[in-house]
Amino acid sequence: MGSAPSSAPAAVPLRRVQLDNGLTVLVQEMHTAPLASVWCWYKVGSKDEQPGQTGVAHWVEHMNFKGTTNIPRDQVKGIIEQFGGSWNGYTWIDQTTYLETATADALDRMLFIEAERMANGLYHPDDCESERTVILAELDGGDNDPEQVLDNEVTAAAFKAHGYHHPTIGWPSDLKTMSRDDLYGFYRRWYVPNNATLVVVGDVDADDALRRIERQFGSIAPGSLPARIATREPEQLGERRVRVERPGTTAYLKMAWRAPEAASADFHAMLVLDAALSGAKGVNLWASFRNPPQRTTRLYRALVDTGLASSVFGALLPTQDPFLYTVSCTVTEGRTLAEVEGAALDALSLVRANGITPEEFARAKYQLRARYVFESDSVTNIAHQLGYFQTIANVDLYRDFVESLDAVTLEDVARAARQYLAPALQTIGWFQPQAEAAR
Amino acid sequence: MSPVAARGLAPVREVLANGVVLVTQQTVTHPAVTVYATLEAGSGHDPDDKLGLANFVARVIDRGTVSRDAGAIAATLDDRGVSLSTGVTRHLLSLSCTCLAEDLDAIIELLADVIRQPSFPADQMERRRGTIVTGLRQDEDNPSVVATDTLMSQLYGSHHPYGRPGRGTVSSVEGIVRDDLVEFHRRHVGPAGVRLVVVGDVEAPRVAGAVARAFGDWAHEPALPLRPSAVTMASDRHSDRKVVPGKPQSDIAYGFTTIARDDPRYYALVIMNNTLGQYALGGRLGDNIRERQGMAYYVFSSFDANVVEGPLVVRAGVSPANVERTIAAIDEELSRMARDGMTEAELADSRRYLVGSMPRVLETNIGIATFLHNAEFYGLGLDFDQRIPDLLGAVSLDDVNGAARAFLDPARATIVVAGP
Repeated sequence: MGSAPSSAPAAVPLRRVQLDNGLTVLVQEMHTAPLASVWCWYKVGSKDEQPGQTGVAHWVEHMNFKGTTNIPRDQVKGIIEQFGGSWNGYTWIDQTTYLETATADALDRMLFIEAERMANGLYHPDDCESERTVILAELDGGDNDPEQVLDNEVTAAAFKAHGYHHPTIGWPSDLKTMSRDDLYGFYRRWYVPNNATLVVVGDVDADDALRRIERQFGSIAPGSLPARIATREPEQLGERRVRVERPGTTAYLKMAWRAPEAASADFHAMLVLDAALSGAKGVNLWASFRNPPQRTTRLYRALVDTGLASSVFGALLPTQDPFLYTVSCTVTEGRTLAEVEGAALDALSLVRANGITPEEFARAKYQLRARYVFESDSVTNIAHQLGYFQTIANVDLYRDFVESLDAVTLEDVARAARQYLAPALQTIGWFQPQAEAAR
Repeated sequence: MSPVAARGLAPVREVLANGVVLVTQQTVTHPAVTVYATLEAGSGHDPDDKLGLANFVARVIDRGTVSRDAGAIAATLDDRGVSLSTGVTRHLLSLSCTCLAEDLDAIIELLADVIRQPSFPADQMERRRGTIVTGLRQDEDNPSVVATDTLMSQLYGSHHPYGRPGRGTVSSVEGIVRDDLVEFHRRHVGPAGVRLVVVGDVEAPRVAGAVARAFGDWAHEPALPLRPSAVTMASDRHSDRKVVPGKPQSDIAYGFTTIARDDPRYYALVIMNNTLGQYALGGRLGDNIRERQGMAYYVFSSFDANVVEGPLVVRAGVSPANVERTIAAIDEELSRMARDGMTEAELADSRRYLVGSMPRVLETNIGIATFLHNAEFYGLGLDFDQRIPDLLGAVSLDDVNGAARAFLDPARATIVVAGP
């Protein structure tokens, strides 16, 4: 093991500005490729949805690719592809975001698309209807995957009050009954500059980029944001269990514990703990480095090296409110859910009792620092991280990542294990394939 | 240093005396290096009665060597935050990973050990057998995998290397013994078939030194690379259905065999495929099936020319009630493309997109490594990235429309639907 790797993705300082209308702007010059990435983040996700309207945030995201006042429907196709660029968007529990990455000469075009998206979406009734069935197809595609089905069940069991309870795509009955007005109303309420962060990273001059941003966004009026749902998840009073029984070939185990939010002082200790349990994943949902180095980890040795599970994956994602730490296992053909669960809980019990070793601690930290470097490999990934952290907490959380990691002590990790992974706080889900599907 | 993608790549290629090929590209974005290594030991080499053998070798090759046990390898990787991925295609067995620049020498040394002298420990082999069999059972429950695997088998036949199941079957994998792994490795892995692509924050001479130390003294003559027999396009239409119980959505795989990578029509097909099922949100197919009819979340076409005739495949995930309507829409779009061709505007759009996207494709170390490996495998030259604008620019409307007429014929399509 070498010394701690340095990170510093960029030598030029990050520029942070707030426009008069409340839009937060982050600009990072980065001249390693002739590209620029533009992301526009909205601080609204599926946790902010009202009953009867689950899935509206994600559906609104889809509608925001269907034309605006100044980008007619028939001019959407090709608007960024003309510059060799790509565009996309995603919605999750805390946030909705849109991006374009293209050659830097397309900067004005990218900013124009985002300004239009913020202020001038069309929401044609016919487009809302045709997108309803696209989203139902997206939901069905997700439900083809037994791990996705189990994940939805476990998350819903772990949260009975907080908005993290329901899946981002929404419940099917809500998707079938929501109207165009529901979509448009949600869009108008939340898509205002004072609820957004615009990020530009790439081969741009920061002063010039800021002038262009002011020109495109400066005239968009701020809005009065709706009150946020203030429900906090009540204390969990004991272990919860869910069991999914569907046709299938393979059994899956998913265990979940409520985890600290990204801004919590315990978040980084939990990241180190997860790295020791199942390998470091880093903290970038958008990056492709999701396969962790994990052959020496506690859970890999307890489950995969013993032949009980064919895979194990731990997940701790940065979120605004306390979300979940999850451990997901695929049960090896011929072994049982009970065997895998027993071995996993035994391994966790040891960590709760004794913490992790100094060797595991050092390795976990090195892995996390390395991942921090790996996942900052493109203007798109860096822009994602700046906007993501600004939206769920504060961009400094990302910039100070290595420092915060360095501050974690061995005792912090042991305490986090005891505090967060207690048996009374766990939710355990089994996907038990039904025998009729055996072929 | 000027930006890499602005002036094009400048890879350095070296061939060791024993035949190991090394291609290096220095980049400066961040202090990491991606290593991509392949061996001419893909699943196409599997004996007929041992399907899945190459994949099995790939899953055990990094679990013990003559000088390191599985624990030592695990520590070398995990201590450096490195996740080593191994896998097979029809032609190649691959090993790839990303490490910090300072760890590169140790990782190259480990990779050489794993490639040259794996010991295939019996206990590790049994662990991986369980993982492989579980993966095959998961595949049986995945309509997308069932549809595409069945399509390949029907397009190429169950004996052609491109048609056989690359990961084998539960029964074939259960029949594989340790001697099979040892013999496969002895027969197909040697310096003459090794391609190493190293991309990242490291200078080429340093990489060359590390590779020469790790691979230079290796002498062993492997079997010749796989050269599958040529394939002709189906003469009529075939349809097949596979039941995957309990699934809410059906997966459609609709395709043809097309051309080899070295066919002069390659670039015409790339552009035609982009317009048909890629451009923006799934090209013309996306406009019809997703945007106008609202039937699918994903619909697209992919074109994979290979050493011999590769496939062009249209894929869509739709409600079981919409399967026939979707197939009719695919038929309609393919017929329209073959009959009326593309417009000049579509040709210009797709060409501009494919050329313009190169800086994005070549931004990350992994993107560059994949690109350079592909160029090396097909002998496209070190300046291939700089020739792409001219290669695509030379394609005429007659070329793309000729390609559409030659291959997009619904009367000769093979169609597989997997779902409830």
